[in-house]
Order: sequence, then structure tokens, then C-alpha cells
Amino acid sequence: MATAPIKVNRIGLEPQVYKGGKTTLCAGCGHNAISERIIEAFYEMGVDPRQVVKLSGIGCSSKSPAYFLGGSHGFNAVHGRMPSVGTGAMLANQKLIAIGISGDGDTGAIGIGQFVHLMRRNLPIIYIIEDNGCYGLTKGQFSPTADLGSKLKNGVVNDLPPIDTCALAVELGATFVARSFSGDKKQLLALLKAALSHRGTVMLDVISPCVTFNDHEGSTKSYSYVKDHDDPLEEVSFVPFFEDISVDYEPGTTQEVKMHDGSRLFLKKLDEAYDPTDKISALRTLHEASRRGEFATGHIYIEPDRDDFLRLLNVVDEPLASLPLERTRPPKAALDEIMEGLR
Amino acid sequence: MSPTDVAPQETVSPRSTSRVVNDFSIQVATVNGSGSQTANLVLLRSILLMGVPVSGKNMFPSNIAGLPTWYTIRASKRGYIGRKKEVDFLVAMNAETAKEDVMTLDAGAAVVYDEPLKLNALRSDLTFYPVPFDKLVTPVCPDAKLRRLVRNMIYDGVLAKLLGIDMSMMEQALAKQLGKKAKAVTLNQGALKAGWDYAEATFTKQDPFHIEKMNETAGKILIEGNSAAAIGCMMAGVTVVAWYPITPSSSLCESLIGYMRKYRIDKESGKATFAIVQAEDEIASLGMVIGAGWAGARAMTATAGPGISLMSEFAGLGYYAETPAVIFDVQRVGPSTGLPTRTAQGDLLSTAFLSHGDTKHILLIPSSVEECYELSMDAFDLAERFQTPIFVMMDLDLGMNNWMSDGFKYPTRPIDRGKVLTADVMKKIGEWGRYKDVDGDGIPYRTVPGDGMPAFFTRGSGHNAKAQYSERPDDYVHNVDRLARKFDTARANVPKPIVDTNREAKIGIIGYGTSHWAITESRDQLREETNVKTSYLRVRAYPFTEEMTKFIDAHERIYIVEQNRDAQLAALLRLELTPERITKLRSVLHYSGLPIDARSVSDDILSQEGFEVARRSTPTPGSMGSMTGGE
Repeated sequence: MATAPIKVNRIGLEPQVYKGGKTTLCAGCGHNAISERIIEAFYEMGVDPRQVVKLSGIGCSSKSPAYFLGGSHGFNAVHGRMPSVGTGAMLANQKLIAIGISGDGDTGAIGIGQFVHLMRRNLPIIYIIEDNGCYGLTKGQFSPTADLGSKLKNGVVNDLPPIDTCALAVELGATFVARSFSGDKKQLLALLKAALSHRGTVMLDVISPCVTFNDHEGSTKSYSYVKDHDDPLEEVSFVPFFEDISVDYEPGTTQEVKMHDGSRLFLKKLDEAYDPTDKISALRTLHEASRRGEFATGHIYIEPDRDDFLRLLNVVDEPLASLPLERTRPPKAALDEIMEGLR
Repeated sequence: MSPTDVAPQETVSPRSTSRVVNDFSIQVATVNGSGSQTANLVLLRSILLMGVPVSGKNMFPSNIAGLPTWYTIRASKRGYIGRKKEVDFLVAMNAETAKEDVMTLDAGAAVVYDEPLKLNALRSDLTFYPVPFDKLVTPVCPDAKLRRLVRNMIYDGVLAKLLGIDMSMMEQALAKQLGKKAKAVTLNQGALKAGWDYAEATFTKQDPFHIEKMNETAGKILIEGNSAAAIGCMMAGVTVVAWYPITPSSSLCESLIGYMRKYRIDKESGKATFAIVQAEDEIASLGMVIGAGWAGARAMTATAGPGISLMSEFAGLGYYAETPAVIFDVQRVGPSTGLPTRTAQGDLLSTAFLSHGDTKHILLIPSSVEECYELSMDAFDLAERFQTPIFVMMDLDLGMNNWMSDGFKYPTRPIDRGKVLTADVMKKIGEWGRYKDVDGDGIPYRTVPGDGMPAFFTRGSGHNAKAQYSERPDDYVHNVDRLARKFDTARANVPKPIVDTNREAKIGIIGYGTSHWAITESRDQLREETNVKTSYLRVRAYPFTEEMTKFIDAHERIYIVEQNRDAQLAALLRLELTPERITKLRSVLHYSGLPIDARSVSDDILSQEGFEVARRSTPTPGSMGSMTGGE
């Protein structure tokens, strides 16, 4: 498990390197807690910030990439369209590690189309929805993840069913789907570290209460409501590939998942019937939790071995962006051959 | 619309009966989806193989099967490859349109038609050649299912005989078209011969039209502009392509996929040196291109007007965040869905300023297939040099029709990857800021993710020279003024116009894109028929270059020829010309959806110059104007 941060990580970088600019979000915003976990996860996993690209759309959540990994390139794109920008960046250079930060409006409303197709493609990207069920930056209107019956500050009740982004992601083919709570440091950190070991699309919905517009009595995304209705599916432990730790567990209680890079994920199940490698089981679990009015959190679905999008496209191993001209411009003989065919 | 486009046909004069050699147009009227394309392309290429300059234009419906379609082949000994207004030789295969097709011909035209249509009763001033296609196809094609496709090859045989095209050229063209499909070649050869034999046994040549061997096409190629642009993109070293199918741009990406799979697979690893993604829509297409350009790839997309509209927001991001991107707009008729399978130059104005706020873009405007190839390469260089989206403004006529051209030259110039920060540059400039104008040309130095150079935060929101979020008025003004300076720098770097000055001319013509072909032919008509001398400037890029004002100053009147209703290039020009220069501008506008033709240009200019212009027949088969149905 995670060793406590000392001076430097395994690639010799200090924690300071992983920090970003000072947050301009509200004090107590769940998004800031998520940024802190991202900093910890990237530091502890020893990710080179120069290889990381941070992407986002528009909204409070989408501002947060400025507040972590200051040494990484960032791209705050247009509303709801971050998936396409991230896709382009990864096509250009598959050595990059992409982390995209979106919100429930950015994903569930204006960006639902691009979200859907990102999930289908299994692009290597960690896609995080900082989910507070409302539009914070425009002062608290409902978003598409607001629960049925949830109340706005001014008393307006949401009467439309919510979009469950995790269920949707599982359905659409995402290969790593998880839900967490910005207040659950341990679970969120373990999930983020596991996300860094996955090759394919990671969809991580983090319920992240909006302290200013959606933290009142009657809201189903308030701190107290989420704390009371958080239903962890398992205890998540993560052992990175570079740590040789043996984990003892009672047979039948814990599911071990081998990650793409050799890391191991240990899911100590709290619900015996649940199997996160089974799509149908994952969907049933989500629906059942929702019926109980609870949030099923933890690792919901994982398929560690499916080909990612770049593999499907059969691109060369080197970044396309830096291929030399002699590999990207066919020789004169090729043009001559084409011309001859047209005569 | 030019005045002659709506002129009635009461004063048609009978055509002279002297031989017309290598200077006429053939129109084949068929039903969409009947497989006539092979027969039409074989006919086109056989004329090319006869050494006669030729061009082919497909006028088709937005439909997969069942609606009328027309293919026009123009042979021109003088090398004119624009649309010819009059149809001289009609092949009437479509019962639905045959009557109208025949009624709109000029006197003296010839008609090959499907015998049961009994068209010969319609007019007494045309030459008719009835052919019993169904009867002829049965013996040469025992398989009834294939007859519908093979049937069309019969008219090629008939035309070969009637026009004097060597059967060996026909067969050579057929072999080229069908390649290694031996069974198809044999079947079609049989049909070709059946047509020839029938015409030889049945008809006495009565029309004046002949194809005779010339030596004007040695080394020439036949290609569509979309394929030409695709070859240019491949040669430019494009690595990331994202697209969404839309007429008339789809074949650009589809032919690119074909070429890339053939020529851009790494020999050793068997892996692709490119990624091509069919995106979920045009918004995502440009998003991917911008993401890829930002991460250092040469990236492109291709679309048409509706896609351009959807790309508006990302185009603004590309402009303001300064990311390279290449966007092909193969223009079709708008507004809205418009006429998806017809041509126009109607996106110029909206694309030049695509997106909200003070946004303006560099446009490149090819006129020929050769320029589609060359300007494609220029587009990638300019996109990286100016770190901005570059729009290549083609149109359906250029993109989807077959054009004769010289073969394309292999690029010799090294590619320009623009100002990318390196350790050496860093040493030279001292402090780096992503949006800092170090060189005074408005173009900053950029870094790309993963290159080990300093990172920055890219955003569409306000930023200062160091790419930090800023709402400060001075930061904003400083930044957008620099962007304007960058745009000015582009004036000296975009492709210059092609200028042909006649010192005696009082009239200057300005044109661009496919209007070029009508303009060059029109200038000959004006000079030879009415002794009106003209100069000509062909615009190849926006922003305009310094040659523009010089050209305007050197002439009394300027005719701007465009294929849109609102005189869009003229509008762009007006934004930067002095009032005295603006008063010289006049417009020749053509926007029926059909490619502009020389006669319309000549008539319009003469009319505006005060000449009496003879009224001529309607420009095209009447049924094309009234075609309805299908989406």
C-alpha cells in the first residue's frame, strides 16, 4: 500500500513538483479535495509530470487542472468537448498520460455526446467527473445528475430522472468504471492509483458536494446526505507494480485484479454477490443501490485487458507528433506510381 | 444570377452543319444508382487517350438510387475545362427526364436514346439515334442481375462509333477503370462491342460532332480535387485525421484512407504512421484536430458548410489558444442543408470570421486539382508557422468532379514546423512566455506536451503573455493586438495571387476557386468576339496581399466573379479598401448550384459594360431545375 510521502518519490521528484496554482474555488469545495488526491496519487505512483496532459471543459470542475501538477501541460477547452481534445492529444502522442476533469453539467448535458463516444473508444485517459449535481459557476441550477426529488436552495424540486454516468459508462464499453466521494480520502486515492495503472478509459465519478449552492437540507448531493448514503462495495487496496508486497486475504473475501502494468488491485468485498469484472453484475449493483437511494461507491467495473483505441488503430509505437519527415512523407516513387494510375 | 440564366429560348438559331471537331459537350442522363459512372468515366478517359483535352462533371441528386443524374463530358481542343453551358450531344437513358432533357437542347444537337422512349417525335431540329438497349444487352450479359450495370456500356460503344473514338482507346480506358476484375472487363467489352456493331449496322452519321486525335494530353492525369487534396495531405506528412462524413467532402478523407493504407504503413512493424478517426460529429472532428495539433501532430479534418457551422466554437478556440489545424471546406450550396450535391462558393465570409468575438482566419483557395495538392501542403506549413487553424476553401465542382491536369510534382521544399521552443532558442530569447511576441511578428514560440520543454496552460479564456489566466484589460488588448499583428504577418506568407495584366485593359477581373475556368475562357470570348480586353487577378488566399490594391489601381472597373449571392469576396475586400477603390468594384454572381460557365460570365460583363447581349437558351436541362424528392 501507499508509503507515506517522504522527500522524493521513485523518480526522484519532491511532492512540491506535483502541486499546482492556488485554488480559486470556494473554501470547502469537494473539488479541492479531489485535486489533493490527484497530487498524492501522481506523486506516489512516480508519474513524470512532463508526460502528463491535463484536460478539461468548462465549469468549476474544469478550472481545477490549474490547481494540481503545475509542471504539466494543461488544456482548458470548450464546454463539454474535452473528450475530443484529449482524443486528439493522445492520437498525437500515445506516450502521454491524459487526465481529464469534467463536471456533471460538462459531461451530462452539453458534453453527453462526446462522453458517450469517448467511453466507446476506450481511449487511454483518466476521465473524472467532479459531480455535485448542479451548475456552480452559474449559481446553482440543476444538472442532469441531480437526483429525482432533490431540492435547490430556492425550493425548486428536480422532477427529471438523473443520468447515472457510471451505469452509462459500463453500458457503453468503458473498461474501468468507479464511483467515489470527495470525502473518502482512502478510497479515492486507491482508485486514482489504480487508474494510473489502467490502459484504456477510466471513468471515475466523484461525488463532490458544492458547498455554496447544493449543500442544504433536501439536496441529495450535500455532504451529510452523501455521507449517510455512501454504500462502499468493497475495501479498495492497490499495490503498484514497483512495490513487492504480498497481501494476505481469506479466500473468497477478496478479489484480486491484475492491472495492465503489473500492479494489483485488491477488492475486499462487502457484498458477497458482487463481481466487478462482470458487466451485468456491475449494472445490477448500480441499479439496486440507486433504488435504495444510496450511492454505490468503489470499483464498479473493470476489464483490464481490452485493446485500447490506439492499439485498435494500429499506430506505430513512437509518438506520431515527432515522427521524422522521412517516415511521414512517402518517397517520390510512391507519387509517381499514383500519378501513373491516374493517366 | 446572371441575366442569361433566366432568358427564354425564343431566338434559338439553327446550328451550322459544318464539322465540329473536339469542341462540344456530351451529357448522359441516367438514374442515380444505375451504375452509369463506369461507362461515363470510360468515355471520359477514352477521349483523354485520344489526346483531346477533356473534363467531366457529375450533376447528381442527394440520393442513393432512383433520382435523375446527369454526367457532362466536355471535349475542348483549346483546353477549356470549365462547364460548357450548351449540351451538344445527349444520351437519354432516363425515362423520367428524357422529354425535358430533349426539349431544352439547342437546335442541331444530337440525341442517343433508349428506343422505347420514342423521343424522335418531340423535335424536328435534332438528330436522333434510337438504340434498343434491352435487346442488345441480353445476348452479351446472360446474368439478368448484371444487365442493369452492363447496359450502360452499350452507349459508350454507340458513341465511339458515332463520334469516331478508337475502340482500342475505349478498351484501354475500360481496362484502367475496372482493373483486375476480369469477369467485369469481359462483360463490359462485350457490351461496348455490341453498341459499336449496332451503330455501325444501323446509323448514318448525321450530326456534326467528331472526336479526332490530338496530341494535347500527353502525361496528363484525370483526378478529382478531393483525391488531389488527399495526396497533398499525405505528402505533407499528416499524422492525425478526424472527420465526419458529409457530402461533398467525404471522398477527401476516404481517398486519404486509401492512400495512407497503401503508402504510410511502416514496413518493419506493419504499423500505421497515422491515425484516422471517424468522429461522432464535426465538432468532435475539429476538437480532435485541435488536440492533436496542440500535442504537436500535423492534423486535419475535411467537411462542408454545415460542418463548418458546427465547428465555429472550436475554430475560435484554435484562433485564440493558437493551435495549428487544417480544415478543408468542400463547399456546397447553403444556407442550411441547402443543395447538398451542388456547388457554390458560399462559405467564404462565414469562414473568414468563423466563431464569436474578434476572430479571423487564414483561408487558402485552390482553383485546380494541382493547387488542391500544393495548397494542402502549404496549409500544414502555414498552420504550424502561424499556430492557427487554416481553412482550405474548395468546392463541390473542384472536389468531386474529374479534372485533367499535369502530373503532380514531388515536393522539394522542407516542411515548416514553425516556432517550436528548443533549448537553443530558449538561450537566445532569455525568458519564455507562451504568448510573448519575441520577434515582433506576432508569432510566439510554443512547446508541445512531452517534449521536455516548459509546460503551459492552454485556455480559451483570457490570458497574458505567460499563458496565465487574466481578465486585465491591458493583457487582453495586448494579446488580441498581437493576434492582429500575426494576421498581418500572414499577408506576406500566404500564396500570392496569380496576376495576368493586359496593359491596354480598362477592365480587371478578380476571381477565385473554380470560377477560374469560366473566367479564363470568358476572357478569350470577350477578346475574340467583342474585342474587350481584360486583366485578371486570381485570389489564392485571405488575408489579401499587396498585389490586390495595385491591381485595382491599374484598372478603371473591377469585376469580381463569384459563385454566391452576396458577393462575399467583394464584401471582404470592401472591409479594407479605400472608398475610391470601392467605387470601382462590380460583381458577376452565379449561384444556381451548377458550376459557373464562361458564357454567363461574358454576357454579364458585356451587359454591365453596356453591350447588347443576345438572349440564349436556358443553361441546362430544364428538369434539373425542377428536380424534387429525396434527401
